[in-house]
Amino acid sequence: MPQSSNEQVVEKVAAVLNKHASGANKSEAMVPNRDFTALQETAWRLSREIIEMTTKAGSGHPSSSLSMIDILTALYFGGVMRYNPQEPHWEERDRFILSKGHGAPGLYAVLAEAGYFNPALLDTLRQTDSPVEGHPIMNRLPGIEASTGSLGQGLSIGLGHALAARLDKRDYRVYVIIGDGESDEGQIWEAAMAAAKYQADNLTCILDLNQFQQTGSVNKVMPSLEPVVDKWEAFGWHVREIDGHDMEAVLEALRAVKTVTQQPQMIVAHTLKGRGLSPFEKNDVNRKHGEALKPEEAEIALAELDEQRTWAVYDPAGSRLPNNERSANRLAKEIVTRQGETGKPMENKS
Amino acid sequence: MTTAKSTQTKSTEQALGLKEGPATRDAFGEALRELGRTNAKIVVVDGDVSNSTRTEYFAKDFPERFFNMGIAESNLVSVASGLAAAGKTPVAASFAVFLLCNAYDQIRMGVAFPKLDVKLVGSHSGISIGEDGPSQMAIEDLALATSFPNFTVIVPADAPSTKAATRAMFEYEGPVYLRTGRPKTAIIYANDGTNGSTEEIPFEIGKANQLREGNAVTIIACGIMVAMALEAAHTLSQNGIEARVLDMHTIKPLDNEAVERAARETGAIVTAEEHLITGGLGDAVARLVAMRQPVPIQFVGVNDTYAESGEAQALLKKYGLTASNIVDAAKQVIARKS
Repeated sequence: MPQSSNEQVVEKVAAVLNKHASGANKSEAMVPNRDFTALQETAWRLSREIIEMTTKAGSGHPSSSLSMIDILTALYFGGVMRYNPQEPHWEERDRFILSKGHGAPGLYAVLAEAGYFNPALLDTLRQTDSPVEGHPIMNRLPGIEASTGSLGQGLSIGLGHALAARLDKRDYRVYVIIGDGESDEGQIWEAAMAAAKYQADNLTCILDLNQFQQTGSVNKVMPSLEPVVDKWEAFGWHVREIDGHDMEAVLEALRAVKTVTQQPQMIVAHTLKGRGLSPFEKNDVNRKHGEALKPEEAEIALAELDEQRTWAVYDPAGSRLPNNERSANRLAKEIVTRQGETGKPMENKS
Repeated sequence: MTTAKSTQTKSTEQALGLKEGPATRDAFGEALRELGRTNAKIVVVDGDVSNSTRTEYFAKDFPERFFNMGIAESNLVSVASGLAAAGKTPVAASFAVFLLCNAYDQIRMGVAFPKLDVKLVGSHSGISIGEDGPSQMAIEDLALATSFPNFTVIVPADAPSTKAATRAMFEYEGPVYLRTGRPKTAIIYANDGTNGSTEEIPFEIGKANQLREGNAVTIIACGIMVAMALEAAHTLSQNGIEARVLDMHTIKPLDNEAVERAARETGAIVTAEEHLITGGLGDAVARLVAMRQPVPIQFVGVNDTYAESGEAQALLKKYGLTASNIVDAAKQVIARKS
């Protein structure tokens, strides 16, 4: 795929930066709450955008973005987060921090969909003079709350926001997504202790447990991450464990944690890097971590993604049955697999 | 906690009439507490060393604005970043060596890069901490702090100017590193308003204070080396050599004008810092002089080595950080004048 010339990028950025996409008006934008089918449709469309923008850029982390796209969709459009794209620094906004900054394409797709900037900017991903950087950089693009990409730091930054909310007697909440590979970083556990000490109940962390890091499976690189649910509980957090691709489960967990008091909350989300998309899944090493699909691979993945769009065919009324069955089976199978690999039983604590 | 001894030789005090004052960390702690009364945005994030950095004074008066994150410098700096992004003015304080070395990447990503209003305060700088030994001695912190784009780096010379520096640091919006020390330090700036005088001591970020006029050589110093520079100038004067002395309390941004003028008007420069001779004040001065007004320079500082445990004055002597080392360097650099 030909790259845009630098001049084209400059032109495009100038044309669309700060002109928000049309869409939600101010009152609707406060806590966007799309219906269930619309959420699935949104996640599907954003998944397409992740693949398209990274393939066009020729690099990036599409599989690390895809693994958390259902969670991001639920956060921003499922009646969970309060924000206003017209006013990105609104003091009462809920904060979202992508600690695993390499998932940037997923965040960019969501922010554009929310109306923080024109989706046309996504075409400039990773190009010189574009604010759509390889990893998120605050103050370069509206909606980015922290500069991340050096792993391990986002949860601590989120705790800073959470403590500030308490000092200012504001009721905003802070959401942070961390990765399982990222959990190798010691700072994650420093933040875990500190958040529990300060009983930061306005802080929710989601662990995108997608099972693969750069050079191999998490089970091989750092098997002692497990039992991860027990770890977070031992650190004093309220922990829930879900299938991170089961939209109903994701929504239920994100709504439930809001009622937890005196404890920060961890949602351990079992996910896959490119679920059901063969170009990713046939890579046994790392599910193409840090690798964009080639155009011919992207074509296959996009076609497979379209086949997953079952709700549009079978499900006009918004029933969750097909998707739900699939995810429940998958979670059960995965737990069996992980038991085998770690040798330790693991309960479903959701 | 043992009482830290003064780093100044008796001869400094006798020769110049300087009196021993509190440690710069004490002055910082007091100034922070005072500022906390009027500036509600100030919060402190501590690495369980508040009784060393003296943020304990603030903690006592404002417990709700004080967070002890435990011995976890990486976490505390990133927490400070989040607090700043949410509108607070956090002080992230620990030993200089742990703050800069342990949390370098967190400062880079969470403070320097996004230009957030975080004030990093590192105490126990240099080798004058003495007996605790080299693991606790920050001798690379200025190199690390000045390496960050968007950063301001301040090394006050005594207690009164530390108070002034602390006030200036909060008036300025943006990332700052303030370096304080453990030992009691000679008072250079007497008119700090504490002894009945209402005259404010001169302190402007990025503007050096000229403490002595001279035309044969300029001694540019920071921190505890400023008092030694004055003593050295006194000794040189007895030998008929008049040295200019600059208190270069701000290492970044450097007072380019004062350095260029010193090079032009005195034709030779000695830098003196309680830090490695690489990466700190000496390097910054040399870079500027090389570009604007090339003249010979000699560097007084820790010369590419780690120090050891010992009594502060003995260490300063052993590692070449005394007034007499500055005198020798001045004579050498004058001899190199073309």
